[in-house]
Amino acid sequence: MGSSIAKTMLTEGHEVSVLDEDPEAIALLERGTDVSWEDQGGSFTVGTALEVDALIEAGIERSDAFVASTDGDNTNLVIAQVAQRRYEIPQVVVRVLDPARAKWYQEQGLQTVCPTKIAIEMLETAVLGGTS
Amino acid sequence: MYILIVGAGKVGWNLARELISRDSEVTLVESDQRRYAAVEEELEHGVQYGDGSELWVLERAGIERADMVIAVTGDDEDNLLICQVAREKYGVDRVIARCNNPRNLQHFGLLDIKPAISATDLILRLIEHEVPKYGPLHLLDLPQERLEIIELEVGEGSPAAGSQVKELGLPDGSLVISILRDGTGFVPLADSVIESGDDVLLVLDTGLEDKVTARFAPNGGDPAAGS
Repeated sequence: MGSSIAKTMLTEGHEVSVLDEDPEAIALLERGTDVSWEDQGGSFTVGTALEVDALIEAGIERSDAFVASTDGDNTNLVIAQVAQRRYEIPQVVVRVLDPARAKWYQEQGLQTVCPTKIAIEMLETAVLGGTS
Repeated sequence: MYILIVGAGKVGWNLARELISRDSEVTLVESDQRRYAAVEEELEHGVQYGDGSELWVLERAGIERADMVIAVTGDDEDNLLICQVAREKYGVDRVIARCNNPRNLQHFGLLDIKPAISATDLILRLIEHEVPKYGPLHLLDLPQERLEIIELEVGEGSPAAGSQVKELGLPDGSLVISILRDGTGFVPLADSVIESGDDVLLVLDTGLEDKVTARFAPNGGDPAAGS
C-alpha cells in the first residue's frame, strides 16, 4: 500500500521519501519500470519506524505530509502520533486495520484510514445491490 | 483492587502471582496460544486469551472497572497504546508500561505514558552508579516539576575540592543535599568541606546541570585518571 501511494505522489510532482526496514522493499517502488527509484527522484531509507535517527535521515523534520502504512496497526498508531505531536506535521494519515481503534483514534484527532471497514462497506453495498 | 495485566511472559506471570498472593484481583491477557495454555493451568480463569491491544479483548477482561492496567508485553508499541487507551478511553487512573528498548522511552514520554519501566535502562543506571566516570548520575528526574537530583564525583583539582559548601559558587536553583564519603552519607552544613573523591548529591532546576557539573570536574585531566 505504501509503495503505491509513494509512486502516485512522485508522479504528481511531490518530493517523496520512503522508510522501510527491508532493504529489498525498494523493488516494489521500481516494479513495472526500468528507471531506479532514486533516478525517478524519490529517496529511500532503510530503518524501523520507531527509530528517531532513521526518521530524521528520511527527512521527517521538513515533511509536509506523513503516511504511516506499515503492516502493523500499533506501529502505525505510535509513529503517526510521534509525527503529529513531536514533528508537528500538518497532514498525518495512518492505516489501521482494526475498525474499533480506527474509529476511536479518529475521534482523538488522528486521520485514520481503515481498509477493513471500507471493504466491509463495499461488500455490503454489493450484497444489497445484488438483491434489489 | 482490580488489576489488569497485559502480557503473560515472565514479568507478567510472576507479577500476577505476587499480586494474587497479596489479595488483589488480577486478570492476565495473553495473545500467544501456547503460553496462554501454560499459564491457564495455574491461574485458570485468571488468564484470558486474546490480543490485548484490541479494545474488545480489554473490555472482555473488564478494563472498565480496572483500578490499574499494567502493559508488559515484549512489544513497546503495544504497551504504549494499551496504556493510552486504558487511560484516555476507559479512564483508568493508574497505568504502568514496560519499555523493552530504552530508546523508545522518549515515545512513552511524548505520549505522557508514565511510569514506563525499562529493565535495560535500570541496569545501565546501576552500572553508572558502580562506575561513576560516566559523569553525573541522574537519581531522579521530574521533568514536569522541572527538578532533578544528580550524583557527582568530586574530581581531583576541581574548583569544588577543598572548598566549603558555601564557597562553591553554585548557581541559584541548585543545592548540595548530601555528601557521601567512605561509604557513609551526611547532610552538609554551609561550612562543611568537600574533598576530592567525595560523591555529592545535588537537587537542581532543570537546565543547570552543565554549570553545576563544571564545578566538580577535574582540572583539565582525564576524568578516569583520578581513580
